Amino acid sequence: MNIHQLQLPVLLVLIPMFTAFVIPIVAIKKKEFAFPIALAALAAMVFVAFETTRRVVLTGPIDYFMGGWEPPWGIALHIDHLSAIMVCLLAVIGFVVGIYSKRSIQSECPDKVVPFYSIYLLLLAGLTGIVVTGDMFNLYVFLEISSLAGYALIAIGDERAPFSTFRYLIIGTAGACFYLLGVVYLYSVTGTLNMADLARILPDIYESKVVLTAFAFFVVGVAIKMALFPLHGWLPDAYTHAPSAVSALIAPTMTKVSAYVMIRVVFTVFEPVLFLETLPVRVILSWVAAAAIIYGSVVAISQSDIKRMLAFSSVSQVGYIVLGLTMASEAGYIGSILHIINHGVMKGCLFAVAGAFIYRAGVRNIEDFGFLNRKMPLTSLAFAIAALSMIGIPPTAGFFSKWYLILGAVDSEQWVFVGVIMASSLLNAAYFFKVIEHMYLKPQRELRAGEKTHDELKIKEAPLSMLIPILALAAGVLVLGFASYWIVNTLIIPGLPSGLV
Amino acid sequence: MEFLLGHINVFVYVILMMVGFYAMLAKKNLVKKVIGMNVFQWSLILFVVSLGSKRGANIPIVQGFHHGHTEGLVIEAAKYINPLPHVLMLTAIVVGVATTSVALALMLRIYKTYGTLEEDEILKKLK
Repeated sequence: MNIHQLQLPVLLVLIPMFTAFVIPIVAIKKKEFAFPIALAALAAMVFVAFETTRRVVLTGPIDYFMGGWEPPWGIALHIDHLSAIMVCLLAVIGFVVGIYSKRSIQSECPDKVVPFYSIYLLLLAGLTGIVVTGDMFNLYVFLEISSLAGYALIAIGDERAPFSTFRYLIIGTAGACFYLLGVVYLYSVTGTLNMADLARILPDIYESKVVLTAFAFFVVGVAIKMALFPLHGWLPDAYTHAPSAVSALIAPTMTKVSAYVMIRVVFTVFEPVLFLETLPVRVILSWVAAAAIIYGSVVAISQSDIKRMLAFSSVSQVGYIVLGLTMASEAGYIGSILHIINHGVMKGCLFAVAGAFIYRAGVRNIEDFGFLNRKMPLTSLAFAIAALSMIGIPPTAGFFSKWYLILGAVDSEQWVFVGVIMASSLLNAAYFFKVIEHMYLKPQRELRAGEKTHDELKIKEAPLSMLIPILALAAGVLVLGFASYWIVNTLIIPGLPSGLV
Repeated sequence: MEFLLGHINVFVYVILMMVGFYAMLAKKNLVKKVIGMNVFQWSLILFVVSLGSKRGANIPIVQGFHHGHTEGLVIEAAKYINPLPHVLMLTAIVVGVATTSVALALMLRIYKTYGTLEEDEILKKLK
């Protein structure tokens, strides 16, 4: 093993974290420096992420011991197939939204460009840290790094953003504390914090009340962080009032990474047996997830603000991911992971388009979208593609993840959940077609006094630095759809956890 | 009673934590919410610190150890407290301080915008 290969995992965290500290120092005099430095770091992250994934696919999971200390004494980084997928998703979304954010941030909060990029990288450092670490406490620290960076990013949004962030902070801290409690409980009975070590020790003591309590704390804590209904209260306000670039970054990444934590805890640290037989968590979670799917979709229909609608749609998508996970079957697991990737890309695209509409036309109310496609044809096309994917129309990516989820539900003969997924697709169609209808078929609504028509406002297509990321994400939705067979076979199936039914 | 005394740290932490949780969720004033959040975090930290300590044990520095002279040195684990929970909580304290400072900064912005820190008054102004 050469030294170059050895350092890859830690670079994933170090690049964004180091750059986050470099940016304010270098850009203190010249604000223009912040963007190129951040972009270079993000590009480097994409390269390292793909290189790591290539090695994981070729040679199997990579272990890295911090400072050469072997676990359980030192902190270990562990990258398996699931981590590799998440790292790629984070790096790509971070890079693409990074390009997009240049114009968007300059128009929404021009005096905060330098701290924005610094915190942006800190957020990515926290998120990649969560997915590469193999240590429970280390995961908590990264969870809090990413959350704190997330609070700061959301708070630079519009006037109402600080209050929404404050609520998110209070509830998010409670979630993180519950997670920490779970870690501490496990430590008190096993004396180790390393995930592989825990997985080895725990099966003997599944009957212990401490272990069961710890499991309950994990599930509740992570459910708060991933905004699983009915603990989703913070999400809609936070996403709505954040700057557009921040919504486009946070919506695809933060809840997904929390979903990753849940998968890690349920399938790696504990065995699926615990969650299937010893504790009835699975039943509760699957019904909660089904409720989340329906609730999110129904509330999204009644929203008139596009960002708020997308936020509620996120609540419902989190439900899909958890539903797939609770099936604890191969198809359900594959559907869950696939939906994490697909939803990341399509929701990133949708929020980016919403940001472009706000940037060019200043509209965020769906009723004001009349004939926007004539002014911004490519942006509208990207929205349509991503929306079709959200509904689940082949050959877009969304179809394949829903297909696997339905397969999982059929396999385990849970017909109710098949119905829930179908019904939710219809509801998705209802609210996305409402937007598409306004955009493509309806003329601009009647103007009130003092308002101008779109022609008078001289609305143009989004600038290239925003248009290219949007189109790249929209193309990504299609590519993920066509490549889903390959993704499932090379990236997901080799990493299937043991003990699935 | 013996059970209660034997697990006094657990009872204290649960009571403190519930006090903090109540303040976080039920209090209308944002400052009180942050104080509640702190009580919540600190109860957890106290609990973990109490897990690491034991009666009659010393700080984890090996006694009777001189440079290079390790012969005949017997280390009895029971004589030393477990330092790991304390070290973990050092990190958790840092996280708690960072969270509090972000919350205070947010409150500053909220106060500048709405001129109040009472949640119900802010909600009224939002409508």
